[in-house]
Parts: sequence; structure tokens; C-alpha cells
Amino acid sequence: MRYIPNSQVDRQRMLAQIGVDSIEQLFSGVPEKLRLRRLLDLPRALTEPELLEYFRQRASKNEIGAARFVGAGIYRHYIPIIIDALISRSEFYTAYTPYQAEIAQGTLQAIFEFQTYIAQLTGMEVANASLYDGSTGLAEAVLMAQRVTRRNKFLMAKTVHPEYRAVVSTYARNLGIQIELIDYTTDGRLDLEGLERRLDSRVAAVITQSPNFFGTIEKTHDIAEIAHKHDALSVTNICEAVSLGILKPPGNSGQDDDGGSDTPERRTADIVVGEAQSFGVPPGFGGPHVGFLATRERYVRQMPGRLVGMGKDFAGRRGFVLTLSTREQHIRREKATSNICTNQSLCALMATIYLATVGPKGLREICEQNILKTDYAVTRIQQHTKHRVLFPAPRFNEFVIQSPVPPAEGGRNAPGISLSRFYPELGNARLLCVTEVNSRDQIDAMVKEFSA
Amino acid sequence: MSKDGRAATHFSLNEPLLFEEGSPGRRAFDLPKCDVPPRNLDDVIDAKLLRDQIPAMPELSEVDVIRHFTRISTWNYHIDLGLYPLGSCTMKYNPKINERMARLEGFALAHPYLPAHMIQGALEVQKTLENCLAEISGMDAVTLQPAAGAHGELSGILMIRAYHESRGNPRKRILIPDSAHGTNPASAAIAGYVVESVPSNKRGTIDLEPLRKLVNEDVAAIMITNPNTLGVFENEIAQIAELLHSHGALVYMDGANLNAMMGITRPGDFGIDVLHINLHKTFTTPHGGGGPGAGPVAVKKILEPFLPHPLIEEKSDGTYSFNYDRPQSIGKIKAYNGQFGMHVRALCYILANGPEGLKEVSEVAVLNANYLRAKLKDDYALAYDSPSLHEVVFSDRVQARQDVHVWDIAKRLMDYGFHPPTVSFPLIVPGAIMIEPTETESKQELDSFVDAMLSIAKEAEQNPELVKSAPHTTRIGRIDEAAAARKPVLRWRKD
Repeated sequence: MRYIPNSQVDRQRMLAQIGVDSIEQLFSGVPEKLRLRRLLDLPRALTEPELLEYFRQRASKNEIGAARFVGAGIYRHYIPIIIDALISRSEFYTAYTPYQAEIAQGTLQAIFEFQTYIAQLTGMEVANASLYDGSTGLAEAVLMAQRVTRRNKFLMAKTVHPEYRAVVSTYARNLGIQIELIDYTTDGRLDLEGLERRLDSRVAAVITQSPNFFGTIEKTHDIAEIAHKHDALSVTNICEAVSLGILKPPGNSGQDDDGGSDTPERRTADIVVGEAQSFGVPPGFGGPHVGFLATRERYVRQMPGRLVGMGKDFAGRRGFVLTLSTREQHIRREKATSNICTNQSLCALMATIYLATVGPKGLREICEQNILKTDYAVTRIQQHTKHRVLFPAPRFNEFVIQSPVPPAEGGRNAPGISLSRFYPELGNARLLCVTEVNSRDQIDAMVKEFSA
Repeated sequence: MSKDGRAATHFSLNEPLLFEEGSPGRRAFDLPKCDVPPRNLDDVIDAKLLRDQIPAMPELSEVDVIRHFTRISTWNYHIDLGLYPLGSCTMKYNPKINERMARLEGFALAHPYLPAHMIQGALEVQKTLENCLAEISGMDAVTLQPAAGAHGELSGILMIRAYHESRGNPRKRILIPDSAHGTNPASAAIAGYVVESVPSNKRGTIDLEPLRKLVNEDVAAIMITNPNTLGVFENEIAQIAELLHSHGALVYMDGANLNAMMGITRPGDFGIDVLHINLHKTFTTPHGGGGPGAGPVAVKKILEPFLPHPLIEEKSDGTYSFNYDRPQSIGKIKAYNGQFGMHVRALCYILANGPEGLKEVSEVAVLNANYLRAKLKDDYALAYDSPSLHEVVFSDRVQARQDVHVWDIAKRLMDYGFHPPTVSFPLIVPGAIMIEPTETESKQELDSFVDAMLSIAKEAEQNPELVKSAPHTTRIGRIDEAAAARKPVLRWRKD
């Protein structure tokens, strides 16, 4: 086998040094009756050319055109070439978790830079080293809010990504957590009056998403203020991280250099959690992506996941190191803040390189094109098709359309995704996403499909 | 330092943080001109919703970005540079073809919400990997959804809970050996169980007799690692499983050490009901500096109804689809269906090896570990005498007499050009030095490591201060972790 260096000659020499005759003898600790005395029933070994053919054939069976206009939590943005060039360096992708700080400063510094970018973009004081993805990140945020408030009831917007809500339920089920859904209004945003009515002193946190699953922008600061009136936390979920380049952040760390507005603390989120796939990570059929979690400094010891801190060595040189690990499972075991052991280091690195590459101006321009192209698509659909565009509230790069008639035969090929699995009450509705990668021609062709 | 050791001095460039670099007006990115009819942004969206540009975000050129990350990358140790003897972590060579295959556009740009007929290639890859993992582990069904090993643990324990609930009583306790990974008890706690520790015996394994006293109808499951974290096969595993089953309890296996047993023995054949598999260990998906990993979970038939949804189904016409209609499922454990890019890499590795190759992997992994054991056992104290499989655990007992401890030995290894082994784990061995070389190391590489270890043992005796003040040749020295944790600085700020 080409990945195993030791030849039969090497192996014989090593066996002699160990003092046994055969490798078989080294397995003497495995009881004979538990031994598998046949070969595994697996496909025969393939050579490299055969592997290339095998995977190319299968890859070619997936439809990958950007003209499908599918978003719903996984976004198509342009991915600069230098990201792959850099993360393909063995120094990054074949390195282990940076427990040995002296020989892992590259990974540690990159994560520290990721934490800084996320804190700046969300307007929060601190961010962690990343989490598996947005959905598990939101579940971790719920458990964190339970620890901070010692309350068990959560109010969650129905416009939070439906699969994220499902993951939260799976995590929460056995921890005494109750989750109540808050409906949306006809403008496609959280029902603020409904929220006020449902809030009481048992509520740990209000969970919203902005832009929400329908693509509309929530009034995150008003929501935070309402939650805080009842001493509940405000948790904001961000599925479309690129939007942070132009929309007011849910937090405001009070730092002018973060570009946050001067929003008072009572109107800012306590936890901002989300998915940074939009920052240079390909859709990849749903993963790997990269979750993030940002919060106020005073909650840092309740945070899940790894944290990289800045420190000094004995000679006073600046260095970076995993810190506050007394929260973590390898020390605290069943009393840890989370069972998490890995983060998504390499994907966090991709996001960091993306942000360094596009820079503040590039990110702003990307955002502007998302808004303008989406607006163009919406206007064209309203003018040239019989479809209704639902939800008039301001949007970023997604929108919902509703067909006046039930889906036609073959309608399963239409652009966007059907919302019937997640929101049956919307009838024959579809969610569409337009980003900077979509050309005017693609948008016009899509409009034409809906006008037929 | 020995003259022929790995390490030598070389250049190392300083590099500030991104936020300390750049200059206004630099660019590394150009966006094509907007091709829809121009409109004023203010006419499209209320300006009150918009933020200012972020002044502290650096403006950099493409060369700035490349140099920055290339320079900091050189500060990392990594598997392409040399041996990573991290016990339990299975740091093995990551084949290059895996990376290339995962980057094929048809995989990288696929979206899981497209209709099934548009994603047949991705579904086939996932289903094929599920089938391979089921055969390797001797189990009946597999979910690829969990994102990492600990995430797989949580999924597995939630399935155990759902199984017991379906029979009327979720039960209260999970038994976990004291040698287990810290994720085991943490995962059991999130699933709402009370954790009870099971002591290891003098051979480092679990005794059947004391276990009998702990098992009753309150116990939902035992979480066991086999081979355990000492690299020792639990030789009474079949009887342990029988004992748990006789009380209606289930057996969870932490599959972190699957690299010791492929084609040799199968968890499904020794009574395991559910196990997670770390694709980033046994199946060569890269560690990426701490993730992404992937933690598929394999189960016996009795747990199949509780698997996270969706399940991939193969129809009689050879097409595949997602089935979301799973009424007894624990639900979703992650959005979409797992870390697909890792699934492509793992399948590529399995197909590259075939059945003979995978068996050879485990055989040579065990050979390499036993070779290191034989070469080091006269100078480092073996924690246990029991036969080692893929890893071997020493303690710093001998060196501690000179006040040289496991962390000192670990740091001194860096001066010899090696990444240290896993240290201070498992917790049952004071001063543990846990070494797992894997099958992808040559005899020469192992010999160099042995030379370094023996040289350090000698130094510990003759010049303990040299070891205690290590590392001496790395870019930076030991960081004051206590100070860093007391007043944590977790982000850059403008002065």
C-alpha cells in the first residue's frame, strides 16, 4: 500500500527487534473468537487513475450552476483563488489542534485574527475560535443562555432557519428546556407584539435570525430592547455572514473602530451566533462550514468552544495560546460548558483569508451588489410574472415568491427551493437567492421561467 | 542536542497581526461591475439599516495576504514535516488525492436542497461510504450527519435515550471507565444522563466482577473505548456487552481507536450497539489545525429507527434520495447531512486501500507502536504491562526522580524536531506519555524519534535543567498560560 512506508524487509527487522515472529502475534490480546477470519467485504483497491475516474464520474452527476438561485443558509459567493492556494499549504491543513503553542503559532495567530474579525463584524466584544456550523452554534447559544440566566424557557422566531430550529430541539430536549415559537407578520418579520405578550420572567432568551429565513431584515435592536425589559437575553443568529458587511450589527462593542453605530447596550444583542460559510467556504453539499459565536466580555467564561488568547513567553515575546480551557471537556468532563472538542479551524482560516482579501471596501461592494441585484430580480418578477412577492420588509439577498396556481408537472426543476416542507401555510411558495455571482442574463432567464 | 537529530536552525520571519498591517487604498480583490440597471442604494434600502464601513478592517494587497499567511504557516508543525506521535489522535499522512477529489466542482458547489435528481452523485458517495463503514465496523446502519467525534457521541447517546424511551423508561445513568476521553462524560451529560465512573484494573482494562455491582435497570448504557486509551484490547468486551444486555442496557463504543482493528475484529461482532467513527483519525481526513472533523455513527438494527434524519435511501432503480419521514428519529443533529467534504476524502481513502489494504493499515499501525514500545521500555516506565495494540502509554516515573516531568519531556522533544506525544492523558496514569505512531511512519522516522527520546532520558539524568527549561530552539518559548487566562485578551484592539 502506497501510504505505508515500511516494506516487508523493514517489517521483518522490526519484528526481530520486538522479539516476535509475526505481526499476528501482536494481536494476541484479541480473543480468538472475536477475530474476523475473512476479508472485509469492500470494493477492491483502486489505483490513483481509477480513483480519479470514479470521483469525476460521480461529481459530474451533481447540478452546480449558480443559476439555480438556491440559498436558504448556504450561499454562492465568489471565492478568491488565493484562499485555496493558502489553505492547501500542508502547514495549515495537516497540522493538529494547537495544544503545543510553541510549534503551532501559525494556526493560533490565524484563529486570533478570526476572533477579531468576527467580533468587529458582529459588533461584539469577544468571539470564539469557531464551532461546527451555524445550526449547532445556535444550539450551543441556547445552552449558554440557559447557563447565564438559569432560566429554561426560550422564545424563538419561526423565521429562524427551520433546520437550525430542529437542531436546537434535538439538543434541548433532555435539559429541561422549553421552546416556544413566535410567528411572523405579513411583512415577513417577527411579530413584536406577539413577542411582548409572550415574554415573562421565566424567559431565558429571545432567539431571532437576521436576515431571517425569508431574507428579510429583522429589527434586532428593538427585539433586544424588548427582551432586556424582561431580563431575558437577546440571541441573534446570522446565516448570511456577508450581510454583516453592510447591515447594522446586532451588537455594538462601543468601539468606533468596529464601525458599529452608537447603539446603547440595552438595544444590543447578548449573543450573536451564526454561520460564516459565505466568507469563502464553498457550499460543499452542506459542509464543512464554520459556525461562530460572539458575546459580551462578561459572559466569556460561559462560552462554548475553544478560545485563543494573546500572551507572553518567558522572554516577553508576544505569542498566542488556547486559553480558558477550564471550561472544556478534557478538564471538566461532565461539568464542562460543552462536549465540543474540535472547532472548524481550517474553515475559520478560509473565512479569515477571505476577509483579508476582500477588505472593507470589497466587502461593502459585494453587499451592495447583493442588495441591488436582488432588488432587480424582485422588481422584474413583480413586473413580468403572475407570482406575488411576499413580505415587503427590507431584504438583503433572498426573497419569497408565491405562485397563484399549484406547481405544474416538472415544477420540481424551478429555480429556488420550495418552502412547502418548512412552511406549508405559505402554499406554493419558493425561496430565491440572488448574489453578486448571478449575472443580469441569469436573472432575466429566471424571471422568464416564472412568467411562462 | 544530538548532532544527527532532526532539528536544525533555519530562518523564521516575524509577522504582525493582519490588523497591524496594510495601508488605505490597497486591494486584493476586484468585483466585476454591477450589470443590472444602476439604482441609488438609498432608494432600495433605508440608510438607517446600514452600518459604516469597518475602519479597523485592514486594507491589503494580494501579495500582502499571501506573504502574511505563508509566513505564519511556517510557524506550524505538521504531518508532512514529520512524525506526530499523538496517542489517541491518530495523526497519519493525509493522501493528496483526497484533497483533490473533495475540491471537484461537482462536489464543492453542490447544494443539498436541490431536488434529488440533481444531486445523485453526492448521494451515491454518501451512501457508499455508509455501506463501507457499516462493513468495517460490523454494524447495520450508519448516519454521516455528526460533525465530529464528540458530536457523534452525543448523537449516539441521544439514540440510546430514544430507544429506552420507546420502551417506556429513558433510565438514569451512563457508566464510563476512568480511562475514557473527557468528551464521553460531557456528551452523556448533555443527553441528560448522570455519569458514573468505572475504575480500571491493574491491566488497565475493565473487570467484569466489579462491573456486575454497578449494572442494574437504571443503567442506560456503558460508554467504552476499545482498544482503550491505553492501547489495550478489552479482552472481556463480549462478556461486558452480555452483562449490560442482560439488564436491558446498551453498549456504546468510542471508535477513536478503530485504526487498530480494521479487518482484524469488528465492534458489531463483539456486542457493540452503537459507535462513532472519527474520519479525521482512521480515515485520513486532515486535522486542519483543529477541524473540520467528521463523526459518523454506526448502529445495530434496534437503533436504526432513531437515526437522525434524513436517511439516504437507494431505490430499486439505482437512484438515491433523502428520506425525511422518520417518525422515531432523534431529529436533526446538524443542518443538512454532515461534513460532506470529509465524506469524499474518507471514501477516497477506503477505495484506495480496499479490504487487504485496510487490514495492512491496522497491522502496521500495531507493529509500529510495538516497535517503539520495545525500543523505549528500558528508559521510560511502561504504565501497564498488557500487550499494546496501536499505541503505548509510558509514564514519567523514572524522569520524575530528577524533577523532570512529562511536560518538560514534551517540550524538549520540540528541540529535536518532533511534535510531542499526547501527555497527561489518560488521567489514570500519572505523568502519562501516550504514543501512537500510526502506520504511515517509516522505520527510519521511528528510529529518529527513539534517538530523541533516549537522548532526553539521558539529559534528564545528567542535565535536568536543560530539559526543564525547554524548548530552546522554537520561535517562542513556553507561554505563561496562567497569566493569559487571568486577564484574557481574545481579540486585537486599536491602542
